[in-house]
Amino acid sequence: MSSSAFPTPAPAADTQLGHPAAHLLMTRHRFRWWEALPWIAAIGFYFAFPDYLGFGTELLIAILFALSLDLALGYAGIITLGHAAFFGTGAYAVGMLAFYGIWTEPMTGLVIAAVAAGVVGLLSGLVLLRTNGLTLLMLTLCTMALLQEGANMAHDYTGGFDGLPSLSIAPVFGVFEFNPLYADTQYLYTLAVLMICFLFVRTLVYSPFGQSLTGIRENLLRMHAIGSPVRRRLVVCYTISAAIAGIAGGLWAQTNAFVNLSAFDLDRAATVLIILILGGYGRLYGAFIGAIAYMALEHFLARLYPTAWQLGLGLLLVLIALFARNGILGLGDVLWRRYGVRHAAS
Amino acid sequence: MTETRLETRALSRSFGALKAVQEIDFKLDAGARHALIGPNGAGKTTFINLLTGVLRPTNGSVLLAGRDITATTQAERVKLGIARTFQINRLFRGLSVLENVCIAVAERVGAAPSMFYPAGRRTDIIGESMELLETLKLADFARHRVSELPYGRQRLVELAITIGLKPAVLLLDEPAAGVPSAETHIILDAIERLPEDIAVLIIEHDMDVVFRFAERVIVMVGGAVFAEGTPREIEANLQVRAVYLGQGHGARRD
Amino acid sequence: MSVDFASNFISILLGGLSAGTVLFIVSVGLSVTMGLMGFVNLAHGAFAMFGGYIVVLAMNRAHIGFAPALALAFVTTAVLSVLLERLLYRRLYRAGELDQVLFTLGLIFIFMAAITIVVGPESQPLQLPAALGGQLNLGFTRYRTYSIFLIVIGFLIVSGIWLAFERTRIGAQIRATVDNRRMAESLGINVDRLFTITFAFGSGMAGLGGGLGAEFLGLDPQYALKYLVYFLIVVSVGGLGSVAGVYFASLIIGILDFVLKLYLPKGGTIFIYALTILLLLWRPQGLLGKKET
Repeated sequence: MSSSAFPTPAPAADTQLGHPAAHLLMTRHRFRWWEALPWIAAIGFYFAFPDYLGFGTELLIAILFALSLDLALGYAGIITLGHAAFFGTGAYAVGMLAFYGIWTEPMTGLVIAAVAAGVVGLLSGLVLLRTNGLTLLMLTLCTMALLQEGANMAHDYTGGFDGLPSLSIAPVFGVFEFNPLYADTQYLYTLAVLMICFLFVRTLVYSPFGQSLTGIRENLLRMHAIGSPVRRRLVVCYTISAAIAGIAGGLWAQTNAFVNLSAFDLDRAATVLIILILGGYGRLYGAFIGAIAYMALEHFLARLYPTAWQLGLGLLLVLIALFARNGILGLGDVLWRRYGVRHAAS
Repeated sequence: MTETRLETRALSRSFGALKAVQEIDFKLDAGARHALIGPNGAGKTTFINLLTGVLRPTNGSVLLAGRDITATTQAERVKLGIARTFQINRLFRGLSVLENVCIAVAERVGAAPSMFYPAGRRTDIIGESMELLETLKLADFARHRVSELPYGRQRLVELAITIGLKPAVLLLDEPAAGVPSAETHIILDAIERLPEDIAVLIIEHDMDVVFRFAERVIVMVGGAVFAEGTPREIEANLQVRAVYLGQGHGARRD
Repeated sequence: MSVDFASNFISILLGGLSAGTVLFIVSVGLSVTMGLMGFVNLAHGAFAMFGGYIVVLAMNRAHIGFAPALALAFVTTAVLSVLLERLLYRRLYRAGELDQVLFTLGLIFIFMAAITIVVGPESQPLQLPAALGGQLNLGFTRYRTYSIFLIVIGFLIVSGIWLAFERTRIGAQIRATVDNRRMAESLGINVDRLFTITFAFGSGMAGLGGGLGAEFLGLDPQYALKYLVYFLIVVSVGGLGSVAGVYFASLIIGILDFVLKLYLPKGGTIFIYALTILLLLWRPQGLLGKKET
């Protein structure tokens, strides 16, 4: 029937690459039309709700923060309750430089925030990612608490519990005034930053590196068995994730013109985790959906009925853990499979 | 002259007072088709773990193409050319069959750390993976998620990933384990058609598989080599029969 | 001079030990259940909070005495935990760590909201019985009676639990299962039932600890989150599944925290986090936990 050795590789690789599975892998990274929707909606929001741009900016920052967590959690499988450590680092980097008049240019300020948070991510990653499970979770919590207490201890420089108020940020491009009064400038600025970061994350996710991260998440032991330097990959991923979280923190400090210890709160870290799970982790757009859903609900409900909001949130988490661990996007998948059009590519 | 690909010298591993592997001298040449058999608890999987670097020996050394690799890690040994399959599948169950193989091939060719272009552009990797699937008759399943496949095919994917690493030495830990007998031939065909040059060691309980493929059989009992020889010699060996074959393990060849 | 220092030192030691004892009583259940089932139960602090509220409400509204109120807290928390375990927890035993974290985080929020709705958001005062108030003359110094009481109770509890682990059959079963679950199952141990019993006992202990510690840890709906990190630290540092480990870790952390709050009130607890990180890096299994093979 067939020869006892492998056939020599046929140069007609086209027939192989024409296979639907190959085609899927080769075109997965292409931009789909509906990927423009979130951005169109964001621009639309700008024109449609000029009074809500402050909320809009908050929402965009939440999306960026959740996106950073998705890299670590959704793609590399690093379970952390301490991601606010990097958010806070970025926030204080920007905040302290601005408060002491050392550096107020916003865009480069974000680069500094990214570098600062990235360094913290690299150092803590090198050390923490030797562990896993509960130990790792504990260590991420402790790192975040440690940074918070550190900022508290250095209250002469950081303003301690009260923080650093009235940060002055230089105008964007030297032209557009930047302070909370100019919510439109802040919104567009934040949107631009989010877009750049998103494109970066998207490229990363579809790259061979991103693919290996997925492998690590899916089966760690198998990755070891194919010779993958797993820990190195995890540390790199964690560092990048930290840097982006730092940018989110920097944006938060800049747009609020204020920074305090709440940047490092457990509450904040838990919230970003909830947002990501709610939307669906490992899915790139889960961060968008989760942030919109969460913040919209929180904005309307939490203010009016804070206790009911907390109860509802708790119930939601329990239900998600039991029945819908892949969040809204996951539910969307299930519905699509059952009632949607059957596509050739899955 | 055939080269010695893999060699061990007085390789030993103890767990406290338990001597799991004792002073094993072992050689595997290019093109070898060896089988390792023995009762449960004889230390076969421990031996494989020592060869692949999952475990460190308490004594002795492992050499690859003459070079001492005893101190290297599992990942390093894969890069040096030793690959293995596991008794229980270790696959990326949520990903497609093709992607499972692509990840391994990408790792091998060194594409995996690249961050700034889409994996989809590496048509060389995707093409090579598809060809491999063709050869193993898995092409029809390329698009399916591994978790959707019947167990026998999943076992084949395990083999495909390992072959995709283009190893010089291939260690197969009970490749037919758990596979329904109706599907066993799939695995056997694939093993039969491995590149001639690869040095292969199979751990097996199924004597059909052993007799079909092995030029040489090593019997391990209590952590030490009990007997060695061609399949016929081993089958005729009364001591081996008493210790192992005679106890009803596996099928007898009549 | 030296007498002052000595009595200062003693009072710090006693203060830290009593704080540590409360930490221990609350956390011992978490350590054993995590060592037994590997289930990340972040809601353990919520059980402690629940128990604390039972004690406070029983004493303030139903005018029950302190001791009976504590017993009531133990029993009701244990019963509640069994209900939750049977209905919800056991569906997640095979689930990944992330699901367990989410689930128990959700439970925390539910507990917090429920208590706010039923009792109110204010901090609840606890009036200690007269017998335990005031100071006790120990000969070389005088110290708060209640703190001494806590230290003694804590020691009795840890001795009792340790004896139970070493001498009773169920204790042996727990130890075996913590050590090697599959082996224990193949020996015929009913691991599911064992876990329910242990979970009930551990949660009851948490409730008891919540009641005992309410006087100085305070009791408000934020309790479950506020002290969560501390419970987790003590359990990780002590080693999962080790009663002695969590006892020593609790006492050490209790003393350390007491000292730091006294001398470095702003951010002094940074050292606890730093030490925890260093210890867990050096020994990921904790002081007395079993090493992962």
